[in-house]
Amino acid sequence: MEILVCVKRVPDTSENEIELNNAGNDIDRDDLVYSVNEWDNYAVEEAIQIVDKVGGSVTVVSVGNDESEEVVRREMAMGAEKGLLLSDDAFENSDGRGVAAILKAAVEKGSYDLIMTGAQADAGAGEIGGMLAAMLDYPYASLVNTIEVQEGKLTVGREIEGGNQEMNEIDLPCVLSIQTGINEPRYVGIRGIRKVASVEIPTLGTADLGLDAASVGDAGAKVKRLDYFVPDTGEGAEMLEGSTEEIIGKLIELLKAKGGLK
Amino acid sequence: MAQIFTYITHKDQVADDAALELAAAAKQIDADASVTAIVTGSGPDLDAVCNTMAQSYPEVWKFDNEALAYPNAEVIRKLLVNTLPGDAILLMAHDTFGMDLAPGLSIKLDSAFASDVVGFEGTDGSVMNIVRQEYGGMVSAHVSCDISGGAVITVRPGGFPEDENKAAAGRVVDKSGDAGDLSANRRFLEIVAAEVGDVDITKSEVLVSVGRGIEDEDNIEIVQELAEAMGADVSCSRPIVDSKWMEKSRQVGTSGQTVKPKVYLACGISGSFQHLGGLKGNPFVVAINKNTNAPIFQVADVGIEADILDFLPELTEKIGNM
Repeated sequence: MEILVCVKRVPDTSENEIELNNAGNDIDRDDLVYSVNEWDNYAVEEAIQIVDKVGGSVTVVSVGNDESEEVVRREMAMGAEKGLLLSDDAFENSDGRGVAAILKAAVEKGSYDLIMTGAQADAGAGEIGGMLAAMLDYPYASLVNTIEVQEGKLTVGREIEGGNQEMNEIDLPCVLSIQTGINEPRYVGIRGIRKVASVEIPTLGTADLGLDAASVGDAGAKVKRLDYFVPDTGEGAEMLEGSTEEIIGKLIELLKAKGGLK
Repeated sequence: MAQIFTYITHKDQVADDAALELAAAAKQIDADASVTAIVTGSGPDLDAVCNTMAQSYPEVWKFDNEALAYPNAEVIRKLLVNTLPGDAILLMAHDTFGMDLAPGLSIKLDSAFASDVVGFEGTDGSVMNIVRQEYGGMVSAHVSCDISGGAVITVRPGGFPEDENKAAAGRVVDKSGDAGDLSANRRFLEIVAAEVGDVDITKSEVLVSVGRGIEDEDNIEIVQELAEAMGADVSCSRPIVDSKWMEKSRQVGTSGQTVKPKVYLACGISGSFQHLGGLKGNPFVVAINKNTNAPIFQVADVGIEADILDFLPELTEKIGNM
């Protein structure tokens, strides 16, 4: 099975506090630690496990800038054979549709049975997989948390509300968006990274992909983020202040009063 | 302004809570809009839902077909592409079904797409101004959408108060004949029900809930010891289950359990809307987190800025000495 996994380089929210910059129009990007989008990492692991079972190869692709190459390489180190970077000034400020259009062009340059994305990334939109599938006219399943390979099709479980799972049969080729927890992504050590350090990762731009620059990037975007802000949400929590001992004293009194201590 | 539609999901003859939230969201877009609800399904269950929706919506489009007995996003997408006007504004819940359907639908309709919207701030000609959140709710963003070719918008569950005005006296229009081809390359098989765990946290009165801030599996016992000292049960947020450190049955959130304790101690939990969606009954919420930007502090009654790895053992000791 030939599998393409779409990954994104994002600020790592477990390593950073996301705050506004001084101008208040963007997040503060100084000293941000970036990593691969967590959902995408599960997708790459799943793709590698499928190929280990049924054969084939995994290609990792990212729409981004030069710095995204490091993320593609890190994911390749998990066991993906090939990497692709889709990068062009014309891609900047693409909306979801633009990113999906860029990925569609890359898909059509290859021959893939299965395309995976993470269920969502830093913007929390969860849109790329479904858009890409619709553009390709492939069937799609979102929030996938189990995959079983059948002849010409897959049986996939989708995570739905209440801890339940919705089982579906889906014809290949298809697009799946992968939910976290589907597997336990392998650890990538320095040795793994070194192994793929010299593998060439081709960079493809508008011309290579046969894209009309007006259909992607800022020019093609129907949806544009104007700014970031922190909403005034009212009072929020009453913060307990003082020494740790004082805070614990106050907390215990509150817990007693609210029935939180038995 | 273009016509506004809502897509209503339902189960066991009852419309999802989102049905009335979507009505409220539509009014925030256009207070004078005459909004049409779309309900798909099969048989008498469908009629019951349509009739209820007609109390809240002036018009309800009913699509009755055996192929619609279970909502398959691919099938519903075809139906909507066949029946919606080209510049329609379609609202649906940002739930697991909306996430399955909406992005691809927006492509097929060649419409703008915005997901998990928490606010609408007016429409200027063909530009709709919306508010959504990024980075797990740590920051919000103003977003503009070009709706000249319509829009597909998913709305955050619980993000809008339910529209309780049930005086619409709407009419149900049977549109089943317009649905068109409902075949699909993805087929629904069955629902596998959630596994039952050793402790039913939906019945717990006091929950000590742990999130990513616990950092390591070996630290989970810190939380267990506190819960034991308090006489509470332990629950958790999604990353703990993803890491296989606790059973899925302990997970609070829309994709896990819905709990209704009296007291909820959120330890190292950032408070994504999916997590908070599983917390009902207006409990007394204490948030302990070293990141004061965490959204949990917006919903907690009491907040403590602390590293749970240091704070919780001290709290346990003090409670133990009482």
